[in-house]
Amino acid sequence: MGPAVTLVEDSLPTARKTRSAAPATRGRRPGRRRENLAGYLFMSPWIAGFLLLTAGPMIASLYFAFTDYNLFNTPKWVGFDNFTTMFDDPRWQRSVEVTAKYVVIGTPLKLLLALGVAMLLAQSRRGQAFYRAAFYAPSLIGASVSVGFVWRSLFSDDAIVDRTQSFFGWHVGGWVGNADWVLYCLVALTVWQFGAPMVIFLAGLKQVPRELYEAAEMDGAGPLRRFWNITLPMISPVLFFNVLLETIHSFQIFGSAYVVSNGTCGPADATLVYTCYLYQQGFQNARMGFAAAMAWMLLLAVALVTAVLFWSQKKWVYYEEDAR
Amino acid sequence: MSATTTKPPLLSRRRTGSLGWHLGALAILAVILYPVVWVIGASFKPSKDIINSLRLFPSHPILSNFKGLADGIADISIWTFFQNSLFYAVGAVVGVLVSCSLTAYAFARIRFAGRNLLFSLMIGTLLLPYHVLLIPQYVMFQKLGWINTYAPLLIGKYLATEAFFVFLMVQFMRNLPRELDEAARLDGCGHFRIYWSIVLPLCRPALITSAIFTFINAWNDFMGPLIYLNEPGKYTVSLGLMMFRDSDGVAANYGGMIAMSLVALLPVLLFFLAFQRYLIDGMATSGLKG
Repeated sequence: MGPAVTLVEDSLPTARKTRSAAPATRGRRPGRRRENLAGYLFMSPWIAGFLLLTAGPMIASLYFAFTDYNLFNTPKWVGFDNFTTMFDDPRWQRSVEVTAKYVVIGTPLKLLLALGVAMLLAQSRRGQAFYRAAFYAPSLIGASVSVGFVWRSLFSDDAIVDRTQSFFGWHVGGWVGNADWVLYCLVALTVWQFGAPMVIFLAGLKQVPRELYEAAEMDGAGPLRRFWNITLPMISPVLFFNVLLETIHSFQIFGSAYVVSNGTCGPADATLVYTCYLYQQGFQNARMGFAAAMAWMLLLAVALVTAVLFWSQKKWVYYEEDAR
Repeated sequence: MSATTTKPPLLSRRRTGSLGWHLGALAILAVILYPVVWVIGASFKPSKDIINSLRLFPSHPILSNFKGLADGIADISIWTFFQNSLFYAVGAVVGVLVSCSLTAYAFARIRFAGRNLLFSLMIGTLLLPYHVLLIPQYVMFQKLGWINTYAPLLIGKYLATEAFFVFLMVQFMRNLPRELDEAARLDGCGHFRIYWSIVLPLCRPALITSAIFTFINAWNDFMGPLIYLNEPGKYTVSLGLMMFRDSDGVAANYGGMIAMSLVALLPVLLFFLAFQRYLIDGMATSGLKG
């Protein structure tokens, strides 16, 4: 029950691969050419999409990153200028800081809540389906402009969040207008959508064999011990999958920051997440070269985080297949 | 719900445990649902009460927010936005179902040279941030004269760039018994017949899951329309909603904006109520090997 990512290797149908590699079958496979043809015919939409919409644009984007280009001039090669300007640009630094804060605070909170609630739901089968569905709903609507407006309203001056906070004697006013607090409004919005990772955790928890817990209980292991030594290792592949996807996903936050800040990414650039700045530079200031350079820095950051996660996986992710 | 069938033994310790469990779950439920209930109540409040009044539902509900929507926004009928969103969402669903299922069939059922390499590439695109492609794609579509049309938003759906759905369908198809193909092949069926008459009908759950997710994603999509559509008559509901703000970013008609927000959410909420099983199971299996 490895996560999707292990499927990359698993997906190679090993049994069949060895069979087809056997010399006996290799000779008598008259349909081989036909199979190749059929495969590529079926795949042709994907191959066209991959070349035209993914691989081609990636190369073009790398080229633009080293040019001065406003969409109407011919791109002018400027070497590393875009990158040096970027690193010196206080607003770019700001966007990195804002995004990093959002990722580092929002993702763990969201996953902790998802895991906690999944463990709560896993305890009882009564009502589980209902709660699971209800908790999942925000993940479907959270990205919409509607919810962005709702969020903006709930976190305004004198609205429910402000009043509740003031009730406890901690008056900060509306979060949306407050440069120190507005990012937490976005964090709250992403945490509110904990349902998607929760559903995945819950599916993982269901696959942990009951006997393990029973045996541990007989050996006198307390709930904390059982969590640490049974639950956590057994669901670590699912945990890895969730950490990977949620982290990558939250690096790319755009819509909610744009809508909650009313398109300003403010106040005082407090919600200037990376993609908002990329959007401003590329589409409002027509600095396509600069925006492409920014996009490549984002890609590098995401690739780095992915690589670190995959590397760390060896140390903490337990795949049952390995043990056998 | 069929949950009542498995009743735990009636030990008193269990009973209080179960009470605590339900109280905990209900408390989370209240926080989770609050924004949704709030927007329903707020849409029946006069604009000036929407933010300040803590009452979830007004004592004197009004309908003028909804009636006002009939006048449209900036001379554009609300219906136009809904038609546009519907066109985008349905177009996306058709594209994803056709292109992703063909691709998934090739990955799951045809043994062709280079399949494993292509599969790894496909999984790789799952992790690729879309923003790297944004600028060059925009440049390309601009050169093609596709700006302010739906073509840039839809073409990817017809070329199976939605790797998540390809992956979901591959997972599903792998679990179908292989004997079916072999029997069909003995009967002289080619790959297309097997795909069309055997695999596709059996893949219905995966197809439904992909269709609904695609519909909802397109319906909620904000960045794509924001970048590619620039004429209000072509706006989707998401962009239409943004038009409630004036040039200073203040909503002149707050009540109308909230009412429209609710109306915009309805299709997604209805889909969710009707198909939540498919959505949640599809989501759950994406993290696990089928």
